[in-house]
Amino acid sequence: MANAKKQLEVSDEVAIQITKMNKWFGSFHVLRDIDLKVNRGERIVIAGPSGSGKSTLIRCINALEEHQEGLITVDGTVLSSDLKNIDTIRSEVGMCFQHFNLFPHLTILENCMLAPVWVRKVPQKEAMETAMHFLEKVKIPEQANKYPGQLSGGQQQRVAIARSLCMKPRIMLFDEPTSALDPEMIKEVLDTMVQLAEDGMTMLVVTHEMGFAREVANRVIFMDEGQIIEQNEPEQFFDNPQNDRTKLFLSQILGH
Amino acid sequence: MVDLSFVRKDIVPQRAAPLSEAGIVGWFRKNMFSDIPNTILTIIVLYFIISVLSSILPWVFSPTWYSGSLTECRSILAELGRDGHGGGGACWGVIRERWLQLLFGFYPSELYWRPILAFFLLGLALAPVLFEGASRKLLYLTAVYPFLCFWLIWGGSIWFPITVFAGFIIAYVGFVYVNKIAGSLSGVIASIVLPLIWWLFIVSPLSTMLFSILPIGSEAIDSDRLGGFMLAVLIGVTGIALSLPIGILLALGRQSDLPILKGVCVCFIEFIRGVPLITLLFVASTLLNIFLPPGSNFDLILRVMIMVTLFASAYMAEVVRGGLAALPKGQYEAADSLGLDYWKAQRLIIMPQALKISIPGIVSTFIGLFKDTTLVSIIGLLDPLGLSTNIRADMAWNGILWELYGFVGFIFFIFCFSMSRYSMYLERRLATGH
Repeated sequence: MANAKKQLEVSDEVAIQITKMNKWFGSFHVLRDIDLKVNRGERIVIAGPSGSGKSTLIRCINALEEHQEGLITVDGTVLSSDLKNIDTIRSEVGMCFQHFNLFPHLTILENCMLAPVWVRKVPQKEAMETAMHFLEKVKIPEQANKYPGQLSGGQQQRVAIARSLCMKPRIMLFDEPTSALDPEMIKEVLDTMVQLAEDGMTMLVVTHEMGFAREVANRVIFMDEGQIIEQNEPEQFFDNPQNDRTKLFLSQILGH
Repeated sequence: MVDLSFVRKDIVPQRAAPLSEAGIVGWFRKNMFSDIPNTILTIIVLYFIISVLSSILPWVFSPTWYSGSLTECRSILAELGRDGHGGGGACWGVIRERWLQLLFGFYPSELYWRPILAFFLLGLALAPVLFEGASRKLLYLTAVYPFLCFWLIWGGSIWFPITVFAGFIIAYVGFVYVNKIAGSLSGVIASIVLPLIWWLFIVSPLSTMLFSILPIGSEAIDSDRLGGFMLAVLIGVTGIALSLPIGILLALGRQSDLPILKGVCVCFIEFIRGVPLITLLFVASTLLNIFLPPGSNFDLILRVMIMVTLFASAYMAEVVRGGLAALPKGQYEAADSLGLDYWKAQRLIIMPQALKISIPGIVSTFIGLFKDTTLVSIIGLLDPLGLSTNIRADMAWNGILWELYGFVGFIFFIFCFSMSRYSMYLERRLATGH
């Protein structure tokens, strides 16, 4: 993991542009004036206390949550209430959830083939080959014909990553991918994510894994109360935090 | 000083369970004679079962199969030294004499092959829907079966069911064509409006015209000659087959974000659930005629089928909604994040799981619906119970009760029990270990 990121390049091409984005849940102002520009190939870790809006932020990027003000542009497509744009963006942006959200009534292979076949209209055989390719990549091809309920948490999360990759996304969003896992399974998922980073994937990761942030991320964003409080390169962020809230947060999670 | 250190050197191997856990003797010991109160309970219950069976079984096994009337039957029993006033034995002669009537009502006996063929084809048409192993090609039969069945049972011109079926083809072609040139919403509207126009204004003259050119058809049977279990199965299967899809749509409508659609669905469901089925049947038999244009002849059985279907779909909608509510929100989000649109997500992700969760409720509704078909006897249709009343009015069988209703109940039990077993088989088949 340590020498992974030295080889990683970030291009100048903009992948995601968020300007002056605001969101309310009812009357609660959950995201306030978010400005964020993500270049292709960036690995961004978003940290912050619970309820700070970090999950909501990345869920806005693929329109799982609706924002009320501001502009989100993903891969040049402007996110509006138009259904056509939403479907375009969703098929370009992969997402992994805290609770995996695999489809329990389908086998692992069917989970991975479903979206390519029904959304991208890929032929069955080709979709199967792609699915097996990515299942090999996450190192569980032998589980292809099992059901999600028969797999461990770590395996399920790796399947979820493979399932997203089968849509050949250009951006991957991770919403606390290791929070629901037993400690001994966290590493296998993080390793998969590191590998993804090495392949040049643009990644936005909400996580509490500060080791991952330090080693893989090229930028760490700290959020609190719906705002971006501080962002920096990982070394600077961890070793020399500027804002008091960042300092408090870091002392709390790194303190034990 | 306590020594806290321990290191295992050899692994304990697996051993067979003790006999008290595994064998038959062990089972009896554990479940029936584990301690004194349990043993006493076992003995009391055994005594109860034996005494009930010893009084019922002699009644059931009664040599009265060939008797021609209740009096004859009772004299046979009296000759045998049994109680001749009903308690001594059952009078099965009524079943032998009237069983065909209980099955087919007053359907002409030389045409019995038609409902029998329809029933046999029903099995074939259901097979691909119910069982995984059945050939997929049978689905074509399933698609045309309703029209085939209608023609087999009621007879008449073959052109009528064919032209009605053509309405569905028009709906499909209309959707595909209009969808291509004017978008999906116009496509949906076209697929509803075009076949309605077809059915209301074109089917009747067209089928008459075709019949006058090519008179293919079979002997027409009036609705009032249908009866017995044939009628119960007709109404029941129609209700079952239609209430599930309608119920699913109502449940989705009730969960919809569109306020008007949601309001309509809620009103429909709450209204139908708030009214007794008998009221709806009376509406079907009397009131509906007032609202229909004069001179229109809308078959009573068809009207009853519609009412029973609507009634069951309201219940079905709530059962399916229960299944939808049980699904974690993450399933919707995962489907969304993969770019599946609403209908694809429903069809591929949500419904397979929600319906699986709701299987027990769905089958309960089906069983309830099937048994409710007996209510149609109140509006004068000759279902098995209506026929029983008729048979009891016959001089020869006046006063017979247990045998007739027992037989009807037994047949209903076979149908309902099969549905219940099927649902358990389906639950096992769909289990994916989570």
